[in-house]
Amino acid sequence: MPDSDTLAFADRPAGSVGVVTPHLARFDTPLALACGKVLPAYELIYETYGTLNADRSNAVLICHALSGHHHAAGYHSEEDRKPGWWDAHIGPGKAIDTNRFFVVSLNNLGGCHGSTGPVSHNPDTGRQWGPEFPMVTVSDWVASQARLADHLGIERWAAAVGGSLGGMQVMQWTMTYPERVANAVVIAATPRLSAQNIAFNEVARQAIRSDPEFFDGWYAEHDTVPKRGLKLARMVGHITYLSEDAMGSKFGRDLRSDDLNFGFDVEFQVESYLRYQGDTFSTAFDANTYLLMTKALDYFDPSATQGGDLAKALAPAQCPFLIVSFTTDWRFPPSRSRELVDALIRAGKAVSYANIDSPHGHDAFLLSEPRYDAIFSAFMNRASRELNLAETSGDEAGKDKASLEETP
Amino acid sequence: MRADLELIYDWVPEGAHVLDLACGDGELLETLAKNKGVTGYGLEIDHDGINACVARGVSVIEHNLDDGLSSFCDNSYDQVIMTQALQALRRPDKMLDEMLRVAEEGIITFPNFAYWRHRVHLGLRGYMPVSKSLPHAWYDTPNIHLSTFNDFEHLCREKGLMIVDRAVGVGDHQGHWKSRLWPNLFGEIAIFRVRRR
Repeated sequence: MPDSDTLAFADRPAGSVGVVTPHLARFDTPLALACGKVLPAYELIYETYGTLNADRSNAVLICHALSGHHHAAGYHSEEDRKPGWWDAHIGPGKAIDTNRFFVVSLNNLGGCHGSTGPVSHNPDTGRQWGPEFPMVTVSDWVASQARLADHLGIERWAAAVGGSLGGMQVMQWTMTYPERVANAVVIAATPRLSAQNIAFNEVARQAIRSDPEFFDGWYAEHDTVPKRGLKLARMVGHITYLSEDAMGSKFGRDLRSDDLNFGFDVEFQVESYLRYQGDTFSTAFDANTYLLMTKALDYFDPSATQGGDLAKALAPAQCPFLIVSFTTDWRFPPSRSRELVDALIRAGKAVSYANIDSPHGHDAFLLSEPRYDAIFSAFMNRASRELNLAETSGDEAGKDKASLEETP
Repeated sequence: MRADLELIYDWVPEGAHVLDLACGDGELLETLAKNKGVTGYGLEIDHDGINACVARGVSVIEHNLDDGLSSFCDNSYDQVIMTQALQALRRPDKMLDEMLRVAEEGIITFPNFAYWRHRVHLGLRGYMPVSKSLPHAWYDTPNIHLSTFNDFEHLCREKGLMIVDRAVGVGDHQGHWKSRLWPNLFGEIAIFRVRRR
């Protein structure tokens, strides 16, 4: 009998990719970063779902958001309670249909879930990178992802797909490697952060940096973690991910007990929820990685090199785009997606745009919603049709696995 | 294809860059792209229409036409097409200005309120017309600015626009001699091609 915390594997919803195991790829060619530093060698952790077809034309890249990682779909074991962060959209019969597509999802450089980042060891000093891990940008990530594609023998992605910060990586792909992206899906993203977005990120960073246990980023060497700072950072972030309506309908002004106690303990349900989210996050995420990733968000602005002209920056892109926003997203509201759409129109690119009604704010991109699912599926099905992708059978799975392992 | 769309098809030159306002399920744009190498975008507000466009590979932007066309630059298209939407807009006259700002030529179709069957409905029977081209009841119709062949021509004259072509769609009797002679009476659907002077 499974205990109450586990979900028997047989009970899992249809459309799951099942149990998955991450892979690690090592790269010994130095990577020159936008900040001017060079990463001599690095590792990327990634997962794959589905089967790579014989001509390697059905691969889809999933780019993750701020706190995401390589585990996008399926479960890590039969006892695993929660699936990967984008399980709603990846799997047999889902928008990114693993019966047709071979999905690659990785943890970005600078991450804290298995790819080289601040928690890894610096080969030059022998100590943990910590705050000395070089600043990485969206274009650095895309460059490292291109090497992962080379490693897997994938010349061109059938689609590059991502939400939020993931959407920015997709934009960057279409500009840096236009010939390597056949389709692009950018969800709940923005071509550059607003001053308000940067302000929220700065509050989050200050929360971490002012934690007495931060030790200028050397907390690991002090055998501690700036938990309070991380918790506050996540609480601030979380407020921006939900809409006012979503928060209202979830918690209202509900009290935990009937009487007001006129103190600063948790009284309202929403306080309890935010503290719980913050606590959970503070034990699972690395503070230096959070600082790096919020900076990567702040720095992203492809129009900067073109005198502010985003259409000019997008000129190299060659693929059809699907842009999706959500009505109640106030972190990256629909108007920000529209900026991207308008720039793509000015640049004469093939682009479709939908603004999905959802009460869930920015988080809506992670969830399933009939209209969202329908348009996402329609775009991916058309992509599959145009690339002449057939369903990949089990037999082929074995064959391709073998050929995958042969690649350097 | 819908009768009015078939007529429009011939008016769109090979390789044109077009904007299709209220593009519906994208059938016109898809056909034009396949057979005439036409490029461009569809604008649509209906969710099913948007999905159908995406499924066909037609570039479609979710957009409310009442918000104008400010996303589109002056003279950036060869033609702007708007089928069966003029009558549902808040300010059809302003949309006409916008259309002829982004392109030199516009193609517009709308139901002709002066069609004889509509006249019978209203004039003899005293009911608001309900027909193939005006399928809604008075209380749930999206059409808030119904007009006639004559009304539209009058507006074009006021704006100093040139009417390049005029055609009618009348159910299955498209282009019937009567409707060519008296379009305001026998034309169920008004089809205009207009240009800036």
